[in-house]
Amino acid sequence: MSERPLTERIDAAGGFVDGGRYEEMGGYVAARQAVTSMTPQEVCGLVKDANLRGRGGAGFPTGVKWGFVPDVPGRKYLVCNADEMEPGTFKDRYLMENDPHLLVEGMIIAAYAIGADRAYVFLRGEYHESYRALTAAIGEAHANGCLGESVFGTTYALELAVHRSGGRYICGEETALLNALEGKRAQPRTKPPFPPASGAWGRPTIVNNVETLCNVPAIIRRGAEWYQSLGLGEDSGTKIYGVSGRVKRPGLWELPMGTPIREIIEQHAGGMCDGYRLRGLLPGGASTDFLVEEHLDLAMEYGAIQAAGSRMGTGTMILMDDHVCPVDMARNLQHFFAQESCGFCTPCREGLPWVEQLLLDIEEGRGTAEDLELLDHNAAFIGAPGNTFCLHATGAIEPLMSALKYFREDFEAHIREHGCPYRSGPGSAAEADDGAN
Amino acid sequence: MSEPAFIDVLSQAEIDAIEIEVAHLPDRPSAAIDALLIVQKHRGWVSDESLAAIARLLGMSAADLDSIATFYNLIYRKPVGRHVVMVCDSVSCYVMGGESLMMRIRRHLGIEPGETTEDGRYTLLPCVCLGACDRAPVIMVDDQLAGPLAESDVEDVLGAFE
Ligand SMILES: Cc1cc2nc3c(=O)[nH]c(=O)nc-3n(C[C@H](O)[C@H](O)[C@H](O)COP(=O)(O)O)c2cc1C
Ligand code: SF4
Repeated sequence: MSERPLTERIDAAGGFVDGGRYEEMGGYVAARQAVTSMTPQEVCGLVKDANLRGRGGAGFPTGVKWGFVPDVPGRKYLVCNADEMEPGTFKDRYLMENDPHLLVEGMIIAAYAIGADRAYVFLRGEYHESYRALTAAIGEAHANGCLGESVFGTTYALELAVHRSGGRYICGEETALLNALEGKRAQPRTKPPFPPASGAWGRPTIVNNVETLCNVPAIIRRGAEWYQSLGLGEDSGTKIYGVSGRVKRPGLWELPMGTPIREIIEQHAGGMCDGYRLRGLLPGGASTDFLVEEHLDLAMEYGAIQAAGSRMGTGTMILMDDHVCPVDMARNLQHFFAQESCGFCTPCREGLPWVEQLLLDIEEGRGTAEDLELLDHNAAFIGAPGNTFCLHATGAIEPLMSALKYFREDFEAHIREHGCPYRSGPGSAAEADDGAN
Repeated sequence: MSEPAFIDVLSQAEIDAIEIEVAHLPDRPSAAIDALLIVQKHRGWVSDESLAAIARLLGMSAADLDSIATFYNLIYRKPVGRHVVMVCDSVSCYVMGGESLMMRIRRHLGIEPGETTEDGRYTLLPCVCLGACDRAPVIMVDDQLAGPLAESDVEDVLGAFE
């Protein structure tokens, strides 16, 4: 069995890892070592050498990002992005609910590395269990001298608090997150300046994902070379992969970075349920392009998935089986993105509802060949980076563009047959919806 | 000048909880979202009176605070029932039959999404991915997740919330 630095304690404890258990299993050794015997530059260097890449979706090298924090006096912030609202993603919740001290320890090390004396966990409001687990863990860490005025008896001071979100997908975008943290509407900010230069309350700030930060303690304890050796291909470490949809065992597994898609679906998720065939998948959450059958042997790593025209995103894949209508699934996705647009810029605020309406028209048999052209045009226009203020709209269009490419025949069949070939008359969700309205 | 009459709308417990959040932050208005959620936790929703009182407490205008309150999905500016039933309508639940589950819940409660049952027991809301996709289709009642939920489970699961 390969090494699982993120989840080995959860497996050993058979679930929740409490403070005592965490300490027994080597907990806080890494943070103590970093704070008492390494310089912040050494910690940054180690994380850079390990080639840890951000697990929040973009895959930016973490050590490089930390290095952008200017060496200026005054307050600096570390913020953990625990918003996890990307549909199909459920990995950060698992880590926080089951091993909250791992995140606290990762945050202590990261905060020390960037010279932050204040840290926040930006937690999505619906994660009640994570909130309980994290606040308890922070209290214990305080009581044990791992946080507070004198971290591990040194002159380094760090306060850590949890902010609960009011709930909007855009809060996950890191500059929108900073506005939300400041108690404002979560509208994205202009970049530059980037958060490492000017972030929370105008101070240097690093935003990292939960899973990213949970990787840090093991890197400190076991070194960059060890961490690199965990990956099967060009990327380092392990990854929490997930599968949802019609498989026998939906779930999460910590596996070597670069594990092939097929192995994740067939071996770990137990393969498709009887009577269902896989038609496509969104490899890393709702805002990633569809992949299809021909991609199943690709390694789940940043470069390979990108070369296939998609993104590894959050690494939690959503499967589309042959009972699901691709047009209607695209409509469901665009409904989400249209609803969650922050409303700041026109192509996103006006364009995504238009796209959703076009999809609904096609799905319900009112679509024409011109509608399909309009859909192509809108997708190209809204999805082009630079046409919108942030990447929300770009992400929204990724699954649509790829659906138009891989499932073109389905779109055309809807138009030709004036209806959805997947809906077999009364009783289907759309029919029932109409009936009730 | 503070007008104590407005602040009096909030209970001491609410004010204390808000002040704990304020203490973690560089300035008072930064606690806006925390304060709204705290008051909502005590009262179920945020009325105009509560909103004005929170704005006073944080030293900001009620209009500014309302623009924040109305931005967020989890802050209710209208009364809700004793229990809020949130049904995920995002993609993993969709693939696993979330739409028919929603239909079943609508029929069972006799209300449309956004409405509250006449007896004030349940408010039904669609919601975005709850981050429990391995348990799809999933719903959340108050702070409790239920899933994977078969249509035949609906009555029992909801019945447990008096
Ligand atoms: C619309 C949108 C939503 C996002 N949501 C999340 C999220 O919920 N969690 C997350 O960690 N990153 C999210 N991100 C990515 C963050 O902006 C940021 O890149 C990430 O938190 C950086 O952390 P990392 O370098 O550790 O990955 C989102 C980005 C966009 C554009
Ligand atoms: S792209 Fe959408 S979410 Fe991003 S700023 Fe524009 S309107 Fe807001």
